[in-house]
Amino acid sequence: MKVLVCLKQVPHSDARLDIRDDGAWIKDDGVKFEINSYDTYALEQALRVKDAGEAEVVVVSIGPDRVTQALRTALGMGADRAVHVNDPEAEGSDPLGVAKILAAVAAEESPDLILTGFMSEDGNFAAVPPMVARLQGIPSATAVVQCEISDSSVRVERELEGGAMEVVDLEMPCLIALQTGANQVRYASLKGIMQAKKKPVDAKTVADLGLAGQVGASAVKVVIEKIYRPDKGEGAEMLEGSTGEVVSQLVGKIKELGLL
Amino acid sequence: MADFTGVDFLELEDLHYSDEECLARDAVRGWVSKEFMPRIQEHVRQDGSFPMELVPQMAELGLFGANLRGYGCAGMNNVAYGLVMQELERGDSGLRSFASVQGSLCMYPIHAYGSDEQKEKWLPEMAAGRVIGCFGLTEPDFGSYVSGMATRAEHRSHGVWVLNGTKRWITNGTVAQLAIIWAVTDEGVRGFLVETDRPGFEARDLKGKFSLRASVTSELFLQDVEVPDENRLPGAQGLGGPLGCLNQARYGIAWGAVGAAMACSDEVLQYTKDRIVQGGPLAGKQLTQQKLVFMLTEITKAQLLCLHVGRHKDAGTLHHTMVSMAKRNNVDVALQIARKARDLLGANGIVDDYQAMRHMVNLETVRTYEGTHDVHMLILGEHITGMRAI
Repeated sequence: MKVLVCLKQVPHSDARLDIRDDGAWIKDDGVKFEINSYDTYALEQALRVKDAGEAEVVVVSIGPDRVTQALRTALGMGADRAVHVNDPEAEGSDPLGVAKILAAVAAEESPDLILTGFMSEDGNFAAVPPMVARLQGIPSATAVVQCEISDSSVRVERELEGGAMEVVDLEMPCLIALQTGANQVRYASLKGIMQAKKKPVDAKTVADLGLAGQVGASAVKVVIEKIYRPDKGEGAEMLEGSTGEVVSQLVGKIKELGLL
Repeated sequence: MADFTGVDFLELEDLHYSDEECLARDAVRGWVSKEFMPRIQEHVRQDGSFPMELVPQMAELGLFGANLRGYGCAGMNNVAYGLVMQELERGDSGLRSFASVQGSLCMYPIHAYGSDEQKEKWLPEMAAGRVIGCFGLTEPDFGSYVSGMATRAEHRSHGVWVLNGTKRWITNGTVAQLAIIWAVTDEGVRGFLVETDRPGFEARDLKGKFSLRASVTSELFLQDVEVPDENRLPGAQGLGGPLGCLNQARYGIAWGAVGAAMACSDEVLQYTKDRIVQGGPLAGKQLTQQKLVFMLTEITKAQLLCLHVGRHKDAGTLHHTMVSMAKRNNVDVALQIARKARDLLGANGIVDDYQAMRHMVNLETVRTYEGTHDVHMLILGEHITGMRAI
């Protein structure tokens, strides 16, 4: 079985983020990056398939040189090889552009299973995984918290609103987008990191994938107008005092509102 | 509180560390934050207890003997190994000590001085954390002056050695399955692999420690313990054997101290930015900045010492005096940094919700073990003068 895992490198959850001068994205100079946490669950799921039997795990990511570190981490955790779409022409892609690139890599790799995170922590569109599936013409399921993978099909448990769950069967090839907490993600081991040095990382350009002019900032249909931090709204009340005092004031307010 | 951020004032990450060195550091940093930090307070409140449930995870990560080659070890270079030690001690000196003792003091001598049979029998089990080792060198009546050793091993004619003596300040003595015991013989000091279930071997915990509370420290009693000749380390004769092990461990300590210092400076930088004193953050006061700048500068200098000593170690051009300087300097400045950090934390700094005082008292031990601060000074003094000071 071949499993393709799509990874995105996003700013570290503790990174201090400043908005770029043009207001359309954050400044990424000096920001520490990490693998999107949703995607780490996808990777862990893929590695479990590999642990359970014969499987090749290929990881793919789009982005500049810094993305190498995310791919090396994934190889250190146990993935077999990596594809790095490293091309300035891919920069600024909207979700459809990203999906086209990933689908083109999927078309070259012909995986039995594509695993992704449900969404990225920076973009938050949750649009790329179903678009990749659509472009590849394969079934998909999102918000997945549990997978049972057999030779030709996958049974997944999906999270619905209001705490309900749904069980869905998909025929392979298919795409599964995982929710966080779906499994316990392993760490890259020191031995794995040493072995990762010898594992292949394939660099690709947009042109290599036959997508010249179809992706990147010039091809976007979803334009980010601006990002901003909302002003502190009216009616917000700051509670002051020691921790104990603030807690008792807060409990009082909640009771006052009849919520407790 | 935000997750730990290391100090990298000179941008060593981009210019001087390889990808693999950074990945090793980050993997261990993440593990320490998620798995170790939530447990440390509970163990510090007990008197000499290590979170043994983490041992399988530590083995899975490859923390035991990470710079050794073969036998299930990661085979990393010495800078990556140093960064791993740094990250472990960022958690606690007890955590780094556990890995140092297992890797540098127990696996290293088997790797360097052991027979092929000894290596194949013990190293994979120790890398996997299924066998825990302890290192029996120090005794109640000698510490720094190894030639005062009283433990003796007598060679009986039928290929059996009989060991008698007492070892003290032995990390992991009561949790170990294997003890490396150094003893005086007719042919000089020799090392023996002693399974801790052999008749006549007894280990007892030392209690009442103010320092390294999240670490098991023991006393070992050997009374007519018989071991076969195949348990003797064939490649170690004389004091060079144990001193070679100590040099490995001291190297790791030099890096570890940087981790402890960074933990303190990271904590206190965040604290002083948030703590309001007289209408403004404590970090905005001149006296605070003086302390913070001291921390930044000394951590940066200590990092450079480690990096250069590490590159020498990998190139095979290391002299043991370089390790002495790095261990001595880095532990000393880490201790000063921990004291200043505790000072800035005010009354909060004396409770175990904050790390600085824990690191501070740990570093008192680290300053003492594996060659005290003054012993390393004398090693360096002899190096530059050619005279052994009395």
